Amino acid sequence: MATSTPAADGRTGRTTDPALRAPVARPGSRLLHRLVWLRLGLLLSAPLAWMLLIYVVALAALLITSLWSVDSLSSEIDRTWTLDNFRTLVENQVYRDVTVRTIGVALAVTVIDVAIALPIAFYMAKVASPRLRRMLVVAVLTPLWASYLVKVFAWRVVLSEGGPAEWSGLGSPGYGLTAVVITQAYIWLPYVILPVFAALERVPDSLLEAAGDLGANSGMVLRSVVLPLLVPGILAGGIFAFSLTMGDYITVNIVGGANQMLGNLVFVNAGAANNLPLAAAIAMIPIVVMVVLLAAIRRTGALENL
Amino acid sequence: MNLSRTARRMLAGLTFGVLALIYVPLLVVVANSVNPSQSMTWPLDGVTFEWWRRAADSVGARDALVTSLQVAAAATAIALLLGTLLALALQRYSFFGKHSVNLLVILPIALPGVVTGIALSNGFRTILGVDLSIWTIIIAHATFCIVTVSNNVQARLRRMGTSLEEASADLGAGVLTTFRLVTLPQMRSALLAGGMLAFALSFDEIIVTTFTAGNGANTLPIWILNNMFRPNQAPVVNVVAVVLIIFSTIPVWLAQRLSSDVEAVR
Repeated sequence: MATSTPAADGRTGRTTDPALRAPVARPGSRLLHRLVWLRLGLLLSAPLAWMLLIYVVALAALLITSLWSVDSLSSEIDRTWTLDNFRTLVENQVYRDVTVRTIGVALAVTVIDVAIALPIAFYMAKVASPRLRRMLVVAVLTPLWASYLVKVFAWRVVLSEGGPAEWSGLGSPGYGLTAVVITQAYIWLPYVILPVFAALERVPDSLLEAAGDLGANSGMVLRSVVLPLLVPGILAGGIFAFSLTMGDYITVNIVGGANQMLGNLVFVNAGAANNLPLAAAIAMIPIVVMVVLLAAIRRTGALENL
Repeated sequence: MNLSRTARRMLAGLTFGVLALIYVPLLVVVANSVNPSQSMTWPLDGVTFEWWRRAADSVGARDALVTSLQVAAAATAIALLLGTLLALALQRYSFFGKHSVNLLVILPIALPGVVTGIALSNGFRTILGVDLSIWTIIIAHATFCIVTVSNNVQARLRRMGTSLEEASADLGAGVLTTFRLVTLPQMRSALLAGGMLAFALSFDEIIVTTFTAGNGANTLPIWILNNMFRPNQAPVVNVVAVVLIIFSTIPVWLAQRLSSDVEAVR
């Protein structure tokens, strides 16, 4: 390391006056140390270039492609600007139905998951003993690592004709939208429990005791002390569940019967139907929904919890 | 806060009940792998290892597994490099547009999967004119894996503080030496945790993969999806599912050893 001048060598004894001490680091390193912007530039350039060149360009290109069309005769992409794709989306009943269905399923999954996650996270963070808490966290984390497809496949088996659900006497709703909601709620539940749990862990117990000492009963403490503090955590978990459900089209393929969600329409148009511009236009729907949602939620500070 | 005894009991009952329910479908799959009935009817009337034997002989499944491991390893390597650089920039410096960069990195996982999928597919095919292949899968996976590494490393850097690095600089170590001897050793378990998450995320990904995979490149999830609907292949898929369930306990075990590092999932 000390290569620049002999004076920097430790054997020559320490010089207490910093002005007499020669720099130990290499010239390049000294330059780096002095020029903050150079250091920052070197750190940022590669990841930023990757994200901009691959992802941002791709998103921009998607927007542009949605304004193109496909020549019905040659099935080549016609690069003249047109709003035809969006007109199709607005005017055609199918797209409206599928959009409403997709948002409906995503909302149902989000509400179910938050409703289940709240009491579980509360029990884990505030009622269970520390040892039990650690075990419960592991129990919640473990299924996260299990393959997504395995979980969907598991529900396909459970809900199948003559399968375990029918055999157990509970009955099976069969393959359809109910099955999609059950499966998606099942898959994303840990993603909702964890941020809510993290938010609850940050609420000091003394706060709850103080509220209790001041005469609030349990219900009031939960409603007016705990719940407001949990909003960022709930929103973070809710965004996960909502976005992941909106963008999913595999589950509906496997347990949804003949139903379609937005993702199916995107996939079919990008592939078999060979209409990339229309697929791009359909993909704008979830983007718009998510951007509106994220913009609204950004104000609450929940994004820092993602 | 004083919860009544009944309230505590109800909460405990609900928690354990739901957690048990989470594991039931997975156990059903495990049991089903020895189900003699090809159409998977319940209850099982007997036990067979026929499907396990056929899965062991399945060339398609084995090839797909190799592809998946290659993709996950490459994507993780890229994500580790870029994610660490990004975390250092975001955590140690303040600059114009920092919040936008933060948002940009989250975007690939915050936006619905089909959006990322169709955007990258369209970008590769119409803009760049590249044929879809294993490389396009790797690039796509790396793009959404960067955030897992970056988040883990940022959390660690925040906890580390800067005093050790400053001490190192005061003692005359250069920027790179300080990084190699002071910063990196402290980040090691965060890198392991972030890398593990990235690997698992890539290994398991199906939605973006269906958009960015070429004809020749089948990852394991794509193989599972393609074979699930074939009546004579479904039991083999079931066995592969059991193997994956067993595999998935490895990172949990590792995470327990790394303890607190993995708490911040994603």
